Amino acid sequence: MKALSQRRRHPLAAFALLLMALLVTGGIYAAASTANQAQAQTTTFTADDVEEGSKLFSANCASCHGLGATGSNAAPSLIGVGAASVDFQVGTGRMPMQMDGPQAQAKPVQFTDEQIGQLAAYVASLGAGPSIPSEEILDPSEGDASNGGELFRVNCAMCHNAAAAGGALTQGKFAPSIDDTSERHIYEAMVTGPQNMPVFNDANISPEDKQDIIAFLDTIKEQGSPGGADLGSLGPVSEGLFIWVAGLGVVIAFTVWLTSRSS
Amino acid sequence: MSSSTATQSYVPKTRVGKVTDYVDSRVGGSGIIKEFGRKIFPDHWTFMFGEVALYTFIILLLTGTFLTFFYDPSMAETHYEGSYLPLRGVEMSVAYASSLDISFDIRGGLFMRQIHHWAALLFAASVAVHMLRVFFTGAFRRPREFNWVVGCTLVILSLAAGFTGYSLPDDLLSGNGLRIIDGVMKALPVVGTYLSFFLFGGEFPGTMIIGRLYVLHILLIPAVILLMIGVHLFMVVLHKHAQFPGPGRTNTNVVGYPVGPVYAAKAGGFFFIVFGVLAAIAAAFTINPIWNYGPYDPSPVSAGTQPDWYIGWVDGALRLMPGTIGNFDFEFMIPFPWGVNALSLNVLVPALVPATIVFALMFTWPWIEAWVTKDKREHHLLNRPRNAPTRTAVGVAGVVFYCVLWAAASSDLIATHFLVSLNDVTYWLRFLVFFGPVIAFMVTRRIALALQRKDREIALHGRETGRIVRLPHGEFIEVHEPVDDYKRYKLVSFDSPEVMVPTADANGKVSLLDKVHGRASRFFFEDRVAPVTPKELAASHGDHHDEIAGAKDRESIASH
Amino acid sequence: MIMADSSNGAPGTSVTVATPGRELDEFENPGLPPHRPRLADRDRRAEKRAERQVALLFFISVLGTLLFFAGYFFVPLDQSVERLRLQNLMLGLGTAFSMLGIGVGIVHWAKTLMPDHEVTESRHEIRPERDRQDAEKIVNDVLDESGIKRRPLIRNTLLGAALLAPLPAIAIFRDLGPLPGNSLKQTMWDTGVRLTRDPSGTPIRASDVTIGSAFHVIPEGLNEIENKLEEKAKAVVLLMRLDPEELNPSPGRENWGYDGIVAYSKICTHVGCPVALYEQQTHHLLCPCHQSTFDLEQECKVIFGPAARPLPQLPIEVDDEGYLVASSDFQEPVGPSFWERG
Repeated sequence: MKALSQRRRHPLAAFALLLMALLVTGGIYAAASTANQAQAQTTTFTADDVEEGSKLFSANCASCHGLGATGSNAAPSLIGVGAASVDFQVGTGRMPMQMDGPQAQAKPVQFTDEQIGQLAAYVASLGAGPSIPSEEILDPSEGDASNGGELFRVNCAMCHNAAAAGGALTQGKFAPSIDDTSERHIYEAMVTGPQNMPVFNDANISPEDKQDIIAFLDTIKEQGSPGGADLGSLGPVSEGLFIWVAGLGVVIAFTVWLTSRSS
Repeated sequence: MSSSTATQSYVPKTRVGKVTDYVDSRVGGSGIIKEFGRKIFPDHWTFMFGEVALYTFIILLLTGTFLTFFYDPSMAETHYEGSYLPLRGVEMSVAYASSLDISFDIRGGLFMRQIHHWAALLFAASVAVHMLRVFFTGAFRRPREFNWVVGCTLVILSLAAGFTGYSLPDDLLSGNGLRIIDGVMKALPVVGTYLSFFLFGGEFPGTMIIGRLYVLHILLIPAVILLMIGVHLFMVVLHKHAQFPGPGRTNTNVVGYPVGPVYAAKAGGFFFIVFGVLAAIAAAFTINPIWNYGPYDPSPVSAGTQPDWYIGWVDGALRLMPGTIGNFDFEFMIPFPWGVNALSLNVLVPALVPATIVFALMFTWPWIEAWVTKDKREHHLLNRPRNAPTRTAVGVAGVVFYCVLWAAASSDLIATHFLVSLNDVTYWLRFLVFFGPVIAFMVTRRIALALQRKDREIALHGRETGRIVRLPHGEFIEVHEPVDDYKRYKLVSFDSPEVMVPTADANGKVSLLDKVHGRASRFFFEDRVAPVTPKELAASHGDHHDEIAGAKDRESIASH
Repeated sequence: MIMADSSNGAPGTSVTVATPGRELDEFENPGLPPHRPRLADRDRRAEKRAERQVALLFFISVLGTLLFFAGYFFVPLDQSVERLRLQNLMLGLGTAFSMLGIGVGIVHWAKTLMPDHEVTESRHEIRPERDRQDAEKIVNDVLDESGIKRRPLIRNTLLGAALLAPLPAIAIFRDLGPLPGNSLKQTMWDTGVRLTRDPSGTPIRASDVTIGSAFHVIPEGLNEIENKLEEKAKAVVLLMRLDPEELNPSPGRENWGYDGIVAYSKICTHVGCPVALYEQQTHHLLCPCHQSTFDLEQECKVIFGPAARPLPQLPIEVDDEGYLVASSDFQEPVGPSFWERG
């Protein structure tokens, strides 16, 4: 203890403490945010599914979207939004919405895959809309990553960032990072245009082109950055902060050592 | 010294002597050795930033030369056929394709690109920090004013070098940067459109700009930087390095280590250290991932499009300026006899005004301060920043101004990372860009004055030991440990200029200039803390409260 | 040149100094503190240890260089990003160790084993005053002898010639680029030019554009022309469909859209970034560079940010085959303002 209380006054003590605090916070955050969602989904619905979905809807969704999903002042009608929309919104945890805000945010998923399927079946039964994509069209190995990259840059990068790291919209809204989004949810987001995202229907970007985009995203995620840690892929601002804090910090540490007297 | 006549009186005995004799009798090198071999340099960690800047510049020259062997500044169209699969077959310029080849197909090319770019960021950062060190310690005062100006020129040159280099890969990020430059240029009244057409060789983006920027980046700007560095270092030698005040250090001497061997070893070793640090960063951290951005095309854009940090403040200013306030429009349509012309103050004001103010103040500051202090003496002893509270506060205000503008350039990232509204971030930063520097000025000056008071306290009464002693009659006192003469001298050896009151001339009038000067002097030195005098020290046993000179300041203490 | 006293600056003509002659009250400079020997100066073993440490650091540098070559020769690039990352790491760390080993070694050597006595050197005048007098005299003599003061005719004609002579050096840069002419005021769009997808160039039917969708559009034939990027930089358009109820076209512009489909220039009126971010619920367009926000419901009026002018609208209609075509070019210049814009 005596040694500790002496070292407390050491000039580097503050740095050590800060470093420790950062490591602890970072560690807890990393541990807390590894909750990932499962995939695999059947796209065929039975009458039972519709029936079960109707019950789930009345219990969990109807208070905002209205009985029969006809909509209310609080939330839009869901007639004709399609199974894909439900699968995306509920499957990423955006629905049921936790609170009013600029936009619904992804959070831990509230329902099992089965329940999500039932909800989707119910909403799909109300009116025709985009359906949940098949496994074949989601297979990134079938896509052309370089065509996908070109389409991504023209249609997506302005909001989601060229490396899919996300970006800001107006009034607190934002385009999320799609690093950890599953292929199916990416596809569904394109066809349904959740919240403020525009719809990219099949006439705009064909299913094969969508597959290419998914292949591109899959490629850049799988391969990582060739140059080492990517600093969040946020561009020159994070690079500038890094050189000021880490680069200059290390250099200053060396200058202090270099000009101090040896003991 | 040897002479070139046949009759030599000096016959070298050692091997070194023979070499120097050989060289000296041909080019006269021993004068340089005599001048520099044992020249004294004072040692302080803050004196190293100029060296960091110099070394990063050398690293930039070395790595840049490597890059030029593989880079092709052509804007001709090609289809990429290199190793990076997600861009295979994509149409792009030869410049971008060659940048990708450097990154993916030339061994060590990616490392060289990364170390070059990291070195560029560190170069600009170390230039800035070096300049701040010179500013905060008053090293720009006579006789070093011209060298300060050369340094300011080097700041501008390093920005130019950085920006021209940033544009060369011809990727989406740099292309949008050029698009913004084009937009700003076109906003210039009368000549803007022509300048843009001349720079780009026609309409934006054209096929000329990359080649032109390349020539500027690898030839013209580095040549001028080298010239300026030469002048800069020449003047450092001429003036000898300034030093911090302290025991043994006076305005007429220089205390430190001789170049040979200690200083040369430290400075030389430091080059390798800077190189090593940059290499480690380039090994493990990506910079400017051009493969993410794709080739330049006027249609796409990436969220989070920003310039490098040293240009970021201008971009931030562009973001903060509103185009309209209520119904007032900052773009004016001015009717002339020949037609209507457009004046876009919403672009011109943020692009030019902050930079003009900052650089004008930077270049003229040595003379502004000399005018306020009327101080024409030579200064070889530096100020501790706290001992020049107003100057320090001005410097911090400038830093805060810069930081607010740079934050504005990352307003979208602030919004997404702190989950706040982009619009609110902009409103806050609009407020802070005006009031942040003012608040920073006031707070800094108070802190500097408080630190000076702490110094006085320590000089007079010594350090607090934390030991509480109870005297026989019951009083508790804390034992103070007196500081030794050397430490005390460090705390008391500074100038504390006082307010100069303007006086009337023979006609009983005070000229306007003198009035302004009086006001400026009051602004600078109204609040001041005088250094401890030996008399005060002798009397310090009793009076605790008579430590602040200047009645105003005593009031401010009471109210704080 | 060096002032022994430290009064508060030289008094100016009309300014008094508050407290002159304070130097009597100043502390004596106690001189350099006594030199404290280092461990290596006192202890022979410590000296030896420092010597070995320096040598070890130099040896680490050698290992670093070897690491560099290991990465260079034994990590062949095979188009995989993973390999490249490993090679970059090895080259970088190799260089870092190689450089830091030398640098830290030399500095450690200097700090522990080279003499650490501080040395005092006196400063000398930059130039003796005598030299300044001599220089002044020489310059004046030279000026006198040249007669430039006495012969104003020569002086003035030289001045005039010297002012004119650099002009060719400026004029010769005239051919850096063509004159703007009318080029900034027109784009590729014209009556009947089809709207096509960026980058594929395939035409778009009105029925393809469902409510809520956004198409990034280039004029038909753009991909085939020579100066593609220059034309693209002016012609790119964002195509969106809203509920027609939500559009509020001003008089004369009712026919510029088609059943809720509207096309606006994608080039920001601020400094020219692509205004590509479309929020389909709020109907706002946002520029990612400087956050100018345009409201589709008010004909792309600026509602936030540094832009001052609305985005120009491209009038569109539908041709016989159901494809979207432009009715005309833009009615005003697109992109950032310029002086001649009018």
